Amino acid sequence: MIWLAWRQFRTQAAVVFGATAVLAALLAATGPRLVHLYHAHGRAFLDELGGTESSLYLIGTFAVLFTPALVGTFWGAPLVTRELDAGTHRLAWTLTTRTRWLVTRLGVVGLAAMAATGLLSLAVTWWSDPIDAAIAENSGGPGPGVFLLPRMHFLIFDTRGVVAIGYAAFAFVLGVTIGVIVRRTIPAMAVLLVLFTVTQATMALGVRSHLLPPEHVTTRISSANLTLIDITGNLTVTIDKPGAWIVSQHTVNAAGQVVSPPSWVEKCPLQTRQGSHACFDRLTALGYRQLISYHPAGRFWTFQWEETAIYLALALLLGGFCTWWLRRLS
Amino acid sequence: MSGAVLRAQGLGKRYRGRWALSDCTLEVPEGRVVGLVGPNGAGKTTLLSLAAGLLTPTSGTIEVCGGRPGADRAQLAKVGFVAQDTPTYARLTVAEHLTLGARLIPSWDMRLARERVRRLGLPPDQRAGNLSGGQRAQLALTLAVAKRPRLLILDEPVAALDPLARREFLQELSDATAGREISVVHSSHLVSDVERVCDHVIVLVGSRVRVAGDVRGLLAAHHLVRAPHLDPAALPPGVHAVSADRTDRQTTLLVRADAPIDGHGWAVAPVGLEDLVLAYMSRSTPALEGHR
Repeated sequence: MIWLAWRQFRTQAAVVFGATAVLAALLAATGPRLVHLYHAHGRAFLDELGGTESSLYLIGTFAVLFTPALVGTFWGAPLVTRELDAGTHRLAWTLTTRTRWLVTRLGVVGLAAMAATGLLSLAVTWWSDPIDAAIAENSGGPGPGVFLLPRMHFLIFDTRGVVAIGYAAFAFVLGVTIGVIVRRTIPAMAVLLVLFTVTQATMALGVRSHLLPPEHVTTRISSANLTLIDITGNLTVTIDKPGAWIVSQHTVNAAGQVVSPPSWVEKCPLQTRQGSHACFDRLTALGYRQLISYHPAGRFWTFQWEETAIYLALALLLGGFCTWWLRRLS
Repeated sequence: MSGAVLRAQGLGKRYRGRWALSDCTLEVPEGRVVGLVGPNGAGKTTLLSLAAGLLTPTSGTIEVCGGRPGADRAQLAKVGFVAQDTPTYARLTVAEHLTLGARLIPSWDMRLARERVRRLGLPPDQRAGNLSGGQRAQLALTLAVAKRPRLLILDEPVAALDPLARREFLQELSDATAGREISVVHSSHLVSDVERVCDHVIVLVGSRVRVAGDVRGLLAAHHLVRAPHLDPAALPPGVHAVSADRTDRQTTLLVRADAPIDGHGWAVAPVGLEDLVLAYMSRSTPALEGHR
């Protein structure tokens, strides 16, 4: 059965592994220069990077970001529906049991999906490492050009490390499962894209920050760390934790209660620029502080492994459900 | 008569609220080449798909070669199935299809498969998608036969073929099963296909068996009777009208008789299988008891 699973899949596998190899070669050719520049100039080397590096940075990041969705759409969803369309399931299922047929194909294609995504993600992670390190050293402020976000940021986190392997496995099995339930290729692809996007957004914006309890720090509010006063009057400050992921922040009063900052704070930055520190000093004297919940940058790999494990477990559960569903399909 | 190779009892299958087959009870005798005939929508494909284990019954039971269809690998190996439209993997070559069989089926007979492919002139390196309809059907038959099954099930395998390919396929089917310990169920809505290869016929209409029996036995027991005036209700004992065809000048009855029916002053003529099957198919009365 492994033979059939591989024989049906080898062309697609060749295309994806070929594309991965091309991108990996490009990264391998340009990566050493980044390492060298970073060692020579520290975080300032970001300013020296040109169009080629910017393009590769974006291409690599987006490639890892979209590969799991593509795997689910083009390997997962059609895996069973294509057989149903062609009627070949009526040949296959009289040659071998459905369970063996499905489990083998899930295994072969699923492992290939994880391998391709893993290779791509590790290549991109290695290549981007000097850039990510330099961005982190900016202490919360955005880097120059396209090098904006630290790797703990939800837009970058998905495209580094090992987590994409979990995403690929999950997206693939989810695609197969939806295909088995919907039984039509194009609707299955559409449903997969919606469900997978919703899952990713839920994980990144809702679940991930709760995987570990955040750390807290209380800091005085000053002209040096205040970056934003939004229209409701809430403040945003930075903290001196390179690459940290700030989950939430609130202004607290002298008693430690969460409060809205006094409205006159909005005048402070201007007064400071005019040479008077009285405004911020008054804020501090009244006991106002900023309470910040954050995940330190060092937790990156803990988050990576935890989330990978969660997605792999989800993929296994879905695989079991999918096999059960296919067995009673008739 | 040995046992039954396929036994259905009150078998039913419902799709999305519609019964494709309901309360179907029939037996397929072992060692015979059985033609399953019936109009479109009679439930033939559903019945055979249930027998191959591709579907699971909504109600009733079905037993094939003493086991539940599709239950495990041993059961799968006992049944060769050629599905409607004879599906094959379009991107796999003929030789790769044989490899597939060899890798999946413990009882696979590679020598038989290779020999058939060579004799049929199927190019081994050709992708199945590039074969003609007739060649594809022959490949599908080869895959089913090389399993060395106890029961070979064919669901309208020739429906999409031109007359020449149809004849060649049926000839091959006869050759492949001749002198083997193999039972065959072959469905068709064309009696002529069945007549060519089958020695036993089952007529299925609306999930019910209208008539079933040995082809020669059925032909011997049925007669066309002509007389100027014949009342189907007033036939002698042991003679039953299956269908009646009246004109002003004479009545023609197709009758089933348990004994010779000469000597009533009727013109008696033998009946062909096609007329016999059509007569039972178009009857609105319930099934007669099957002949063996």
